[in-house]
Amino acid sequence: MPDDMSGDAPSGPEWDFLRGDPDPIAAPLPAAPPSAGPSFGPSAEVFTPEPIEPPQIKSDHHAVALDALSGAAPEPGSPKPDPILMADAVVRRFGGLTAVDVTHLEVQRHSITALIGPNGAGKTTFFNLLTGFDKPDAGAWTFEGRVISGLPPHRVSRRGMVRTFQLTKALSKLSVLDNMRLGATGQRGEALWAAVLPPLWKRQEAAITARAMELLERFKLDDKAGEFAGTLSGGQRKLLEMARALMSSPQLVMLDEPMAGVNPALTQSLLGHVQSLRDDGMTVVFVEHDMDVVRHIADWVVVMAQGSVIAEGPPAAVMADDRVIDAYLGAHHDAPLSIEEEEERLAKAENELQAEIEQASADQSVEGGATP
Amino acid sequence: MARRLAGALAALVLALLAIPFLASPAAAEGEDLHGKLRNGDTAVADVRIFATDAGGTQIGETRSDAEGVWAIPLPGPGKYTVTLDAETLPEGVALRNADNASVTREILGGAETPQLFPLGEGRAVAKQDTIEWVQLTAEGLRFGLIIALAAVGLSLIYGTTGLVNFSHGELVTLGAMIAYWFNVEHGLQLIAAGALAVAVCGAAGGAQDALFWGVLRKRKTGLLAMMIISIGLALLVRYIYQYLFGGGNEAFTDYNSQTAVKPAGLPFALAPKDYWSMGIAAAALVLVLLALNMTRLGKATRAVADNPSLAAASGIDVDRVIRLVWAVGAALAGLAGVLLGLAQQVNFAMGFNILLLLFAAVTLGGLGSAAGALLGSLVIGLFIQLSTLWVSPELKNVGALGVLIVILLVRPQGILGRAERIG
Amino acid sequence: MDWGAIFTNAIESGLGIDGVYFALAAIGLNIHFGYAGLLNFGQSAFVAMGAYGLATSVSTWGLPFWVGILIGLGGSVVLAILLGIPTLRLRADYLAIVTIAAAEIIRLMLRSVSLKDTFGGTDGLQQYSGAFFEANPYPDDRQYGVGGVEFSSRDTWVMTVGWSLVALFCVLVWVLMNSPWGRVLKAIREDEDAVRSLGKNVYAYKMQALVLGGVIGATGGFVVALGQGSVTADSFGSETTFFLYTALILGGAARVFGPVVGAILFWSLLSLTDNVLRQAIANGHISDSIMTGTQVGQVRFMLVGLGLVLMLAFRPQGIFGDKKELALDAR
Ligand SMILES: Nc1ncnc2c1ncn2[C@@H]1O[C@H](COP(=O)(O)OP(=O)(O)OP(=O)(O)O)[C@@H](O)[C@H]1O
Ligand SMILES: [Mg+2]
Repeated sequence: MPDDMSGDAPSGPEWDFLRGDPDPIAAPLPAAPPSAGPSFGPSAEVFTPEPIEPPQIKSDHHAVALDALSGAAPEPGSPKPDPILMADAVVRRFGGLTAVDVTHLEVQRHSITALIGPNGAGKTTFFNLLTGFDKPDAGAWTFEGRVISGLPPHRVSRRGMVRTFQLTKALSKLSVLDNMRLGATGQRGEALWAAVLPPLWKRQEAAITARAMELLERFKLDDKAGEFAGTLSGGQRKLLEMARALMSSPQLVMLDEPMAGVNPALTQSLLGHVQSLRDDGMTVVFVEHDMDVVRHIADWVVVMAQGSVIAEGPPAAVMADDRVIDAYLGAHHDAPLSIEEEEERLAKAENELQAEIEQASADQSVEGGATP
Repeated sequence: MARRLAGALAALVLALLAIPFLASPAAAEGEDLHGKLRNGDTAVADVRIFATDAGGTQIGETRSDAEGVWAIPLPGPGKYTVTLDAETLPEGVALRNADNASVTREILGGAETPQLFPLGEGRAVAKQDTIEWVQLTAEGLRFGLIIALAAVGLSLIYGTTGLVNFSHGELVTLGAMIAYWFNVEHGLQLIAAGALAVAVCGAAGGAQDALFWGVLRKRKTGLLAMMIISIGLALLVRYIYQYLFGGGNEAFTDYNSQTAVKPAGLPFALAPKDYWSMGIAAAALVLVLLALNMTRLGKATRAVADNPSLAAASGIDVDRVIRLVWAVGAALAGLAGVLLGLAQQVNFAMGFNILLLLFAAVTLGGLGSAAGALLGSLVIGLFIQLSTLWVSPELKNVGALGVLIVILLVRPQGILGRAERIG
Repeated sequence: MDWGAIFTNAIESGLGIDGVYFALAAIGLNIHFGYAGLLNFGQSAFVAMGAYGLATSVSTWGLPFWVGILIGLGGSVVLAILLGIPTLRLRADYLAIVTIAAAEIIRLMLRSVSLKDTFGGTDGLQQYSGAFFEANPYPDDRQYGVGGVEFSSRDTWVMTVGWSLVALFCVLVWVLMNSPWGRVLKAIREDEDAVRSLGKNVYAYKMQALVLGGVIGATGGFVVALGQGSVTADSFGSETTFFLYTALILGGAARVFGPVVGAILFWSLLSLTDNVLRQAIANGHISDSIMTGTQVGQVRFMLVGLGLVLMLAFRPQGIFGDKKELALDAR
């Protein structure tokens, strides 16, 4: 884990960054779901707003990316000097609801881009569209300069754009090691005819296993290699899913809420991993609700609300943007919610709370076993 | 928990065994084929019936006596074809289904096997003045409405519990069997018997959920496992029916021979009981759909179908809703069984035989949607009948199942269904 | 009661034609359901493809025996592809409904009067196994077996070929499921979308699994067609598929020997109850008013149903399975 991560633990309610804002509407949210489980990790009370400091430069790739982004205009759809991903006029409707309506978006190569926005903003749906898991009503996008809209998910992934899921998809009846091996690309033994002739793929398999163990070690999962993935804790599954995605050495990783449901200690190490991906030359796009996390590692922030990109820019600039604050709070204050909406949000919040409590108790029991 | 489940299973089996013990013909040595020709309530005498063995050689011939009774002794177990000579039927009497004049049966050792040749005036009489496709449309609607009764329950159960219930057909059979028991064995008029059957089915459905499915849900049994359990349950129950009822077809006592009637100048003719069946089915369906949309409980049901945990979070008693859905679904299936028994006679496998059509209907409409199930059923009913314009009637179900596959190819979530979310 | 006869009958049933036929068909089903998680409820159609492919080629079209075998195998490949194209993109429960519907379509076509000249209608087809039995190395002047468990020379020949195929396919399944290919397949069973996100063409893998399991099912069709000397469409109805599921789950899904053990157990248990009941009736232990000879057949179906319910409720991993690696769980 990089040293610079050890100092300040990210924590606190998701929209703490708004506290420092003089705007009167920046009161605590009525129904904001608490982000941390009960009584562990630094609590919200001890949190003090950080002064906005200039970003620390962590690697060559980082320097190049920051330099490139410093020239980009902080406004929705702004062009980047070296975009790896470009999307145009992407629209997805579910019945009457327009879940995604993105006019233009570019993602700078070698950067860490955070995609933020309130619940239901369309972030996951946008991910699904870009990675081929869902079909848009309109729109096109390119990856590395080539059109990939319309490609099925596995082809997108083979091009070098790999995603993870908001709800983890650990393959629970496979061992952790097998989960990892599955991520490797170009395996000869994955063809039916070759599978029956082990000599054809045994050597490659050994190489894949070595690489898998290496990654597992980096993610501190090496001692779990032989166990069923189903026995891992929620946070470990997040780690496994990320590690598995890396087995294919992608150029672009899309992480959907990689820190959700992960306790603060693990969050820190996950953050370290995300940064090291960028430092290894990958581009990272990730969805996150915790603004501390975003401020820490994102080079660029894209804000979605009600399906469209409403703001873009470096973390500090975006977080001071009125449109962003409105997107998070405006709906609650100005437009009265319909009863269904209210119920839906309430239930969603409750579910999340429940999940976090379960997660927390699971993690606690894991940690309880480890510490004397 | 295991003991409770075992108790529940035992209770279920006992409840099923309590189904009337239906008389089967007295045992005697030697195999034969026998039956009784009736046209409504009158016996049909002097009709030639003969049997041939698997090789095609005739091994026996007889004529029905004054009571309509006939029997052909057989040389031993094996496969025989028994044929009714339609030429020898009296004027104005015809086989209800002319395709059934010749039937091949597998005869087991020591079995005296009843063979029924359903007679009636059929629609042959009024047929001259009907236009075939209109007639078929009317019949398709009738069949569609009847299967819709069962399909709506199947779909609601899927919607609220996620269970694809392969034993739903057995609830249909249960309705017909109970109505038969009250009607034929106890001489109760069919309307009363049918009403009782529907009530019993409703109770049986609720009990099935309380004692069986509810317990499995609490044990967190997976949905796929539950689906396979429903297959096992269907096998168990179906053969209990056969054990008790025998393998033959039996008719209710009432409304057997009715002349087809043409409604004011329209080019189709159905028996009065068919009009009544359609009316009753339509009324029941409208009632259920209205209840789903208008009443609190109905809305709660739809809420549970939409998102069970959300519904539970907003204070709905999910278990109660599911129990109610089972009771109503089973009652509707029972009603479908009574009406189907009226249309085609009662048989232990009648529900199983329409199960795939129910699935086709429900899938077409989108699993989980009640209105979709109704729509799908009507499409299936119409398609089955109208396809006989081009294909032979024995293949009419092939077309319906083929349509199911084609529609899923185009629209995998069904006509009214919604796509699932990913990620 | 003649317990000796009851037990030898049970063993003969489990090891005989029925046992080997079910073992083959269930090995195919295990690839579908156990490893790939495909809820194929149309396995009986693949068996029918094998049986009817052989019977129709030889007895209707007068083709040589080997061509019949090739047509049976080819037919099952074509069926798998035709079935797979519309269904493999569907959710598990839709897949179940569509496959059962497709199997029913095939059964209705095979027994239809319109195609009677080709498939023999409800009477089915006979007289196609001559060439196979000409190659029979067992002289037919005696029975083969040990300790009262004996088979005719014809049955012994069919069983020799059948069990050899079972052994071959068990090795094949073992090798495949320990290869990267098998790993992808098992992963698909767990979560398709995760596998897609890792760049695997899930659809192609499912199709390969469907074809492979279907072809193995078709070899079961050859065995039953040769062993019984006649094929009838109604013996390949959906109940056959349900029986195959019962056998597979009994032995343990997603295990190499699960389907084999399951098939042997399934038929032994059926024969056992059947014979016990028949003897009890014959000896007057069960009176005629409770159960007659014909009703024994129905009791056997009831037991299958009850067995399926109890297995899944209490031991979904099968008799010998390990619950931890159970293929089937909450979904
Ligand atoms: N398959 C679907 N059918 C209907 N509506 C959908 C579907 N998938 C998503 N939606 C709707 O689209 C909107 C955007 O959902 P999405 O999951 O993309 O939000 P999100 O930004 O990822 O939210 P969160 O932060 O809570 O994960 C929501 O209103 C959601 O209800
Ligand atoms: Mg999301």
